[in-house]
Amino acid sequence: MPKQTMIEAIRDALAIALRDDPRVIVFGEDVGRNGGVFRATDGLQAEFGEARVVDTPLAEKAIVGTAVGLAMAGMKPVAEIQFLGFAYEAMDQIAAQLARIRFRTQGRFTAPAVIRAPYGGGVRTPELHSDSLEALFAHTPGLVVVTPSRPYDAKGLLLSAIRSPDPVVFLEPIRLYRAFREEVPEGDYEVPLGRAAVRREGSDVTLVAWGPTVSVAESAAAQVASRGIACEVLDLRTLAPLDRSALKASVEKTGRAVIVHEAVRYAGLGAEIAASIMDLAFYHLRAPIERVAGLDTPYPPPALEDAWLPSVTRVVEAIERVMED
Amino acid sequence: MHVYRYTGDTKPDQVLNEAGEIVGELPENAADLALKWYPFMSFCRKFDERAQLLQRQGRLGTYAPFRGQEAAQIGSFAALRPGDWVFPTYRELAGMMYHGLEPVHALLKSRGHPDAGRMPKGLNMAPPQIAIAAQILHAVGAGWACKLQEKDDIAVAYFGDGATSEGDFHEGMNFASVMRLPVVFFCQNNQYAISVPVDRQTASPTIAQKAIAYGMEGLRVDGNDVFAVYQAMRYAVERARRGDGPTLIEAVTYRLGPHTTADDPGRYREAADVEPWATARDPLVRLRLWLTRQGLWDDERQSACEAEAEARVRQTVADMESYPHKPLAEAASHVYAEMPEALALDLAKRGKEAR
Repeated sequence: MPKQTMIEAIRDALAIALRDDPRVIVFGEDVGRNGGVFRATDGLQAEFGEARVVDTPLAEKAIVGTAVGLAMAGMKPVAEIQFLGFAYEAMDQIAAQLARIRFRTQGRFTAPAVIRAPYGGGVRTPELHSDSLEALFAHTPGLVVVTPSRPYDAKGLLLSAIRSPDPVVFLEPIRLYRAFREEVPEGDYEVPLGRAAVRREGSDVTLVAWGPTVSVAESAAAQVASRGIACEVLDLRTLAPLDRSALKASVEKTGRAVIVHEAVRYAGLGAEIAASIMDLAFYHLRAPIERVAGLDTPYPPPALEDAWLPSVTRVVEAIERVMED
Repeated sequence: MHVYRYTGDTKPDQVLNEAGEIVGELPENAADLALKWYPFMSFCRKFDERAQLLQRQGRLGTYAPFRGQEAAQIGSFAALRPGDWVFPTYRELAGMMYHGLEPVHALLKSRGHPDAGRMPKGLNMAPPQIAIAAQILHAVGAGWACKLQEKDDIAVAYFGDGATSEGDFHEGMNFASVMRLPVVFFCQNNQYAISVPVDRQTASPTIAQKAIAYGMEGLRVDGNDVFAVYQAMRYAVERARRGDGPTLIEAVTYRLGPHTTADDPGRYREAADVEPWATARDPLVRLRLWLTRQGLWDDERQSACEAEAEARVRQTVADMESYPHKPLAEAASHVYAEMPEALALDLAKRGKEAR
């Protein structure tokens, strides 16, 4: 099996989907001739032609809005928003249109489009290139929100997303695009939507993470392991709808939870997850739930981002706090 | 220095003028079309007036009247096929009914019924869009799908003058023209976006001329002249079917009623402003005049037409009032293909009013 980076795995998933289903088209800004600013669509236009891998005008609302119309009319659009921060430009089309077609038409029409977008910090970008906006989409009924933390999942989840009957916002952690390689099968396979994955088993604390913070949680878990604290790392993978049974099973076992996300803390997904844990496993809790998140400010300029982002140290401190109680 | 200035004509094209005279090119089968359209327009007028009344009586929720715009809607929908993709606004009920939406279904939106958006099978027509201009981009996407699927179906975006101030309009026009998509942008310039007149929406002398900036053809027609609208729409639809790309049509019309039943137009326009539009310029008055002069219409036919429209409206209202309730749990099953566990649990905790 070849070892691939996440960006290579994503590119392969798109190629498989384009080959597998004539309804699939890939489009966005710079995705054609340039192969995408991160090369997620590298070589796809040469292989599949200009009609199926399409450079669009620079217009995020139009990219999402046309995806809605394409999907209603029977195509499988895979649209790219160049950076998730630019999705603000397209919020009406994502939240008020794409997400609601099935409900608005009571099933007469559906809009199973995939909106891919790079997101997350730690790579010293200009403003609006690093924001983690997953809570905006998770708060919007009708959308499935997915984010991989490793190449194998990126490929399998993206193929599932493209074949999903529901619209999917597929968030790709920029920091992980080329962070490491792992073995990725060459052929077609799916990783199911709606299911979390246990990355590390443990009995003392559940670390709930997704996308870019999974590796932060794993490093923290490795660090406290030497002190005899056994952390379980739960990678949510799908943020909406939430895998409640995975949360319940893990927290019933550990009795403690630390939620780690890059997005700002206030009204972040961590709050919903904490509330879900209260619903599902309150009587198993042995300590208050901790959240390690971004600060409640706009995403800061690069010189400040290391202090702003959840760090291994801050996760370790949170683990120590829940172990004290 | 080369300064670009629009020097084009602003007079809308007409076929049938306010005096009932033919001043342009009639469609081949004009008499047959008029005998089909006029009774339908009469029904729509009665439907519209009754809907507003029902709202006043508390039997219907907020309703957006379309009267005055029957010709713009029926003339344009008449040029479409059932396979074409149509993306209307909330003020297109006359055209939508002409296209095949059952009148009772047309009232469900104002009735607050969840099935209002469940459009009939066999018609590629989206439900009325509430967000101004959002549907324009959907039409562009559907037109793109037609092109990719190598069908000769086309897509139409309906919108008003206010929508031309929204970004979606400009992004959609640009996108469709760059990609040469089979889309018709059909603007009913009814002079007002709630209270704001069209000269506060745009400094352009016309809306049609905006097409030029996008490398597209634009047409400006008298929207109260059903023949002119039909001819313009046929031209644009045929261009799109041939693969010649998108067209913008501005149909100049007038909203005779309020924006919705929650609006009081007395706050922003005088009765005297409305008067000419409600008389000689009224699309029904004009068509009836022509039909009469052709010897195709008389008072007896008029009475029969009105009686038939009244009976159909009565039946529609009765059907609306007996339309079965759809419980929350059933509506909520259409958020995702499969209901998420948390949603199912939340519903299960609710009382029988949800089921």
